[in-house]
Amino acid sequence: MDINDIRSLVTVLGLVCFLAICAWAYSKHAKAGFDAAARLPFSDDDVPARGGRQDLEGKSNG
Amino acid sequence: MQSQATYNYKVVRQFSIMTVVWGIVGMLVGVIAAAQLVWPELNVHEFLHFGRLRPLHTNAVIFAFGGCALFATSYYVVQRTCHTTLFAPRLAAFTFWGWQLVIVLAAITLPLGYTSSKEYAELEWPIDILIAIVWVSYAIVFFGTVAKRKVSHIYVANWFFGGFILTVALLHIVNSAAIPVSLTSMKSYSAYAGVQDAMIQWWYGHNAVGFFLTAGFLGMMYYFVPKQADRPVYSYRLSVVHFWALIFTYMWAGPHHLHYTALPDWTQSVGMVFSLILLAPSWGGMINGVLTLSGAWHKLRTDPILKFLITSLSFYGMSTFEGPMMSIKTVNALSHYTDWTVGHVHSGALGWVAMISIGSVYFLIPRLYGKTEMYSVKLINAHFWIATIGIVLYIASMWISGVMQGLMWRATNPDGTLTYSFVEGVKASYPFWTIRFIGGALFLTGMFLMFYNMVKTIAGQKAYDAPVLAPAAAHA
Repeated sequence: MDINDIRSLVTVLGLVCFLAICAWAYSKHAKAGFDAAARLPFSDDDVPARGGRQDLEGKSNG
Repeated sequence: MQSQATYNYKVVRQFSIMTVVWGIVGMLVGVIAAAQLVWPELNVHEFLHFGRLRPLHTNAVIFAFGGCALFATSYYVVQRTCHTTLFAPRLAAFTFWGWQLVIVLAAITLPLGYTSSKEYAELEWPIDILIAIVWVSYAIVFFGTVAKRKVSHIYVANWFFGGFILTVALLHIVNSAAIPVSLTSMKSYSAYAGVQDAMIQWWYGHNAVGFFLTAGFLGMMYYFVPKQADRPVYSYRLSVVHFWALIFTYMWAGPHHLHYTALPDWTQSVGMVFSLILLAPSWGGMINGVLTLSGAWHKLRTDPILKFLITSLSFYGMSTFEGPMMSIKTVNALSHYTDWTVGHVHSGALGWVAMISIGSVYFLIPRLYGKTEMYSVKLINAHFWIATIGIVLYIASMWISGVMQGLMWRATNPDGTLTYSFVEGVKASYPFWTIRFIGGALFLTGMFLMFYNMVKTIAGQKAYDAPVLAPAAAHA
């Protein structure tokens, strides 16, 4: 097999792989996982509690 | 218990502060270079000549300002969305000091005239080796943190940051391969020759745009836009397709930097076609970011951080439309080597990269010092408008001068001779270079406001490290 056949094959496999990812991303199967992942930035409170530093659980490192 | 542990915010603080500092330095050098084009007598010394300051400007804004912003946000986001502290915190500290050393060495060697002459990869071989060591350390810290995450999912922002880190390592190491003249000499020659060297350089160069200046900052977008809008990303599945489409497409777009050169014609056409395809994922991502605001548009009226983030997405959309158009060979025949390219780059660099970074750093600074807001929200608003006016002046003047230059250079008389000499094009460009200088100076002014606001926010505050909380059960 010519090296150019392998190059063509890799290109086609790349396209097939990408289309498979698209099909998976839009499948019902992936929905629940995506919903959970989308909430990750909100899974804890990043703003320090109001009412003074002594309330904060975090420690200071200067 | 685990709850006593705190996130490693120290390295995030260091990189955040240096983002603003290097932003001012890099943009100041840019404004000086812009002034030198308008008033050539400002080229006072060989060390401060335009030809030496220009690469210093590009390296400082891309790798010092942009790089620090990427380190800061990726270290913050990966910890918080993985609910764990940084892997190898000492190595993370090394990436900070190592990266600052790279920047200082660049600021010394470039004015002295040490350059490999590869655009955006000018630094000579000893500095390239240091960059490679720092970057591999960065990859170890980042992927180590992802590996020890306490949640099952890897949030999409981390995919973008991870893609950016891996690709930049590959690009930098391959493109910087060089043979030094001797071990005691700063001078080296590229390991590649002729058109291969050119193609590898622009494979690097365009993927530096695609992965350093796009994928990394999209990582910021996918975290800070939802956080600031206080709602999850519009479509998570679109973000997954966005990621993989960029990964599969960007690698092929580099040849559009070499239209009408010795590069084989078919390679140029491949580069053009893939550049055109890139419009789809780029706009998909932009729409995904902007629509995250659906139902909360009113926040845009009162929240200047959100203004920065959403305006950056508008500029991302504009420049990723303009880029594919400019990659079309016939358009490129007009635009290449003119100020149009400079305008396009700054639409992306100031409008997209700088604005999303500025918005993200305004989000981070108070949180890193135990506060909920910056010292002055009004100053953020002022910064936003000054920066926006600066960008519009910059890119509009470059569009006009760029198209004008392209038309003047190609104009011919009926007998086939050139209508204009080159210097006539230079003369006609002066008014627009003056407007560009004003636009750049305005953008720099905004950065000074940011610096003042940052100092006032931090002053008298102790550094704050948020506790690592176990994720809510539903997300584990």
